[in-house]
Amino acid sequence: MPETTRFLDYAPAPESTAILSLRESYGLFIDGQFSEGHGESFATISPATEKKIAQIATADASDVDRAVAAARRAYTSTWSKLSGADRGKYLFRIARLVQERARELAVAESLDNGKPIKESRDVDLPLVAAWFFYYAGWADKLDYAGFGPNPRSLGVAAQVIPWNFPLLMLAWKIAPALATGNTVVIKPAETTPLTALIFAEILQQADLPAGVVNIITGAGDTGSLLVNHPDVNKVAFTGSTAVGRAIARSTAGSGKKLTLELGGKAANIVFDDAPMDQAIEGIVNGIFFNQGHVCCAGSRLLVQENVKDEVVDRLKARLSTLRLGDPLDKNTDIGAINSRAQRERIRQLSDIGEQEGAERWTADCKIPKNGFWFAPTIFTNVSTSHRIAREEVFGPVLSVLSFRTPAEAISKANNTPYGLSAGVWSSNGSRVLGVADKLRAGVVWINTFNQFDPASPFGGYKESGYGREGGRHGLAAYLTSASLESSGEGPSSATPITGASK
Amino acid sequence: MTRLPVVKTYKLYIGGKFPRSESGRVYPIATSKGVFLANAAKASRKDARDAVVAARTASSGWAGATGYNRGQILYRIAELLEGRRAQFVEELRLSEGSSESAAQKQVDAAIDVWVWYAGWADKYVQVAGNGNPVSGPYFNISTPEATGVVAIIAPQESSLLGLVSVIAPALVSGNTVIVVASERAPLAAISLSEVLVTSDVPGGVINVLTGSPAEIAPWLASHADVNALDLTGAAALAGDVTWVDLQIAGAETLKRVRPPESGVPVMSVERITFFTETKTVWHTKGIV
Repeated sequence: MPETTRFLDYAPAPESTAILSLRESYGLFIDGQFSEGHGESFATISPATEKKIAQIATADASDVDRAVAAARRAYTSTWSKLSGADRGKYLFRIARLVQERARELAVAESLDNGKPIKESRDVDLPLVAAWFFYYAGWADKLDYAGFGPNPRSLGVAAQVIPWNFPLLMLAWKIAPALATGNTVVIKPAETTPLTALIFAEILQQADLPAGVVNIITGAGDTGSLLVNHPDVNKVAFTGSTAVGRAIARSTAGSGKKLTLELGGKAANIVFDDAPMDQAIEGIVNGIFFNQGHVCCAGSRLLVQENVKDEVVDRLKARLSTLRLGDPLDKNTDIGAINSRAQRERIRQLSDIGEQEGAERWTADCKIPKNGFWFAPTIFTNVSTSHRIAREEVFGPVLSVLSFRTPAEAISKANNTPYGLSAGVWSSNGSRVLGVADKLRAGVVWINTFNQFDPASPFGGYKESGYGREGGRHGLAAYLTSASLESSGEGPSSATPITGASK
Repeated sequence: MTRLPVVKTYKLYIGGKFPRSESGRVYPIATSKGVFLANAAKASRKDARDAVVAARTASSGWAGATGYNRGQILYRIAELLEGRRAQFVEELRLSEGSSESAAQKQVDAAIDVWVWYAGWADKYVQVAGNGNPVSGPYFNISTPEATGVVAIIAPQESSLLGLVSVIAPALVSGNTVIVVASERAPLAAISLSEVLVTSDVPGGVINVLTGSPAEIAPWLASHADVNALDLTGAAALAGDVTWVDLQIAGAETLKRVRPPESGVPVMSVERITFFTETKTVWHTKGIV
């Protein structure tokens, strides 16, 4: 590295954990209060230190029954009878309480998940509040959402969320469900239950009627009991494609409305006329944001051949400046890998990448002694058949492939069973729009990456799942109406055939 | 002296051509009174797979055509169907055993369904999509586009109107389809294919299989290159197969699945948007 671009070391600047007032153990939040779980409790740990944070309850079948029953009672007796305006007011309250306790929640998130505090503080928490604020406003305006007059709620929603954005995924699920008049039983991921349980306190502070939101903890078995419970009307899942498949199978024929937000293997396409400074930052953000634990991560860099060497060299230089370490340190760029199991998977796939002939480069950074870590890694000489180019690594690992023509870039980008997101970098306006048209992905970022907004629909094509979260489109997942469901009534030539006017 | 009529051989419609089933199988189609009308091809797994290849091949061209262009082609189908009204009335009268007036009504309604959906091709995007007011300097727009290849089990009772009511909406957004026709009354479906082939519908955009839905549908439901299943006519399949089995098979590749319906589906925008994917495009805006 040239002398002029050397970076000085930063002194440690850890965010204080004094803002937290955690309990030693957490029960299940059912019917407005915490109660014991009947499964075997477990510890949630900090992945940066492997130290225990709190003991967490596991919901067994009887607990899931209790939670669903509470949600059903709340739906029938309270929530479905409330006006949209009042539902909205509760959501506005929740949004404000989240804003007020944002720092506390950000610290708890970084502690439990391992993500850098600057991300939980500046990305996750502002979006959590924004999500509740956005959907709060929809609650009394559903007639204007384009789903016909008088769209109706579905009932009890069973929601299972992942560990990569624990509180943000909770907001993505709960906010639209409540705005549309459904009640909720939600299960946070086994390794990241902490912020959901603090959120339960926020619900109490908001005086949300008991049972409208129930938060139950546990591992995959609890999630399976929840989504397969006969008294839920709606299932929303974010997580792996393998589990999504299993849920699609087990809910088949049940009449439960299902939305799935699953894996991805996004292409980030860089043309030779890209705004290169921004592109380098965008590529780094695309795959190293949140340690690469992002379903829409730009894990396949497709770079035009004539600028490939330049891009790879600049990426390596940039990655060499990233600081890996204590998630609570305000200067940290790369935090901890969320769990030992996830780190093992990243290691395994990376090793396979090398064995299959790809060339591995890893940023030279000091790895802390305890905790789970993985240094930013780039693979070059990757071919489309390599497993690191096909499978979701869900870690800070970038595969670099090259292309010559736009047509080749498109065909490589679409050569995956996934279809969640994609990035395009070029200063040529007509080219980027032409390429965006041909990409089979639910979100396309042009000259940017990993942007999220409650007003913007998010969700995949193909095996990345179905349904959209966010925006007006996100309401459809939790509603039914004449224009969302066809009746079996056939047209007859004697009466004018309608349908459009619905 | 009366002229001896020339009778038609009914075959499959795959990739714009009319092949016999590769299996060599046929099954007899009779009037409600049991009078033999014709042999219909009994499509096999191989025929279904060939149809998927044809549908996939046609996909980018059809989805890439302008909505205006697709609308004109769908309207052209209505025009040509109108011109062959008498033939379809006769076929429905014989194969469904319906009265002359009921058959006429069905053909008229089928023509009108094409006209209605034709008009949507360059409009549904405006109804189902929108710009998004995100909190940042970004141009952001969500638009629907075709899901891809859709396999359809057509309504089993209304062999023309039911068929048209499921394939037309899937075509509007640019999907290509493989449709399994009414098992008992498949003749109108094959005659419709003759209309399609002369209506500028590119080969492979619509592929029509006749035979046993219970036999063919599982192959389509488990085919990795099929993106979606419309099980409208799959409420009561023969044998052990149920529509839920098909949905379970489709879960392996996360197909979008539309459950069965009774009767003839109503025309609806929702039938169009069900087989679409919403794409959201973000683009940076300069600060000026």
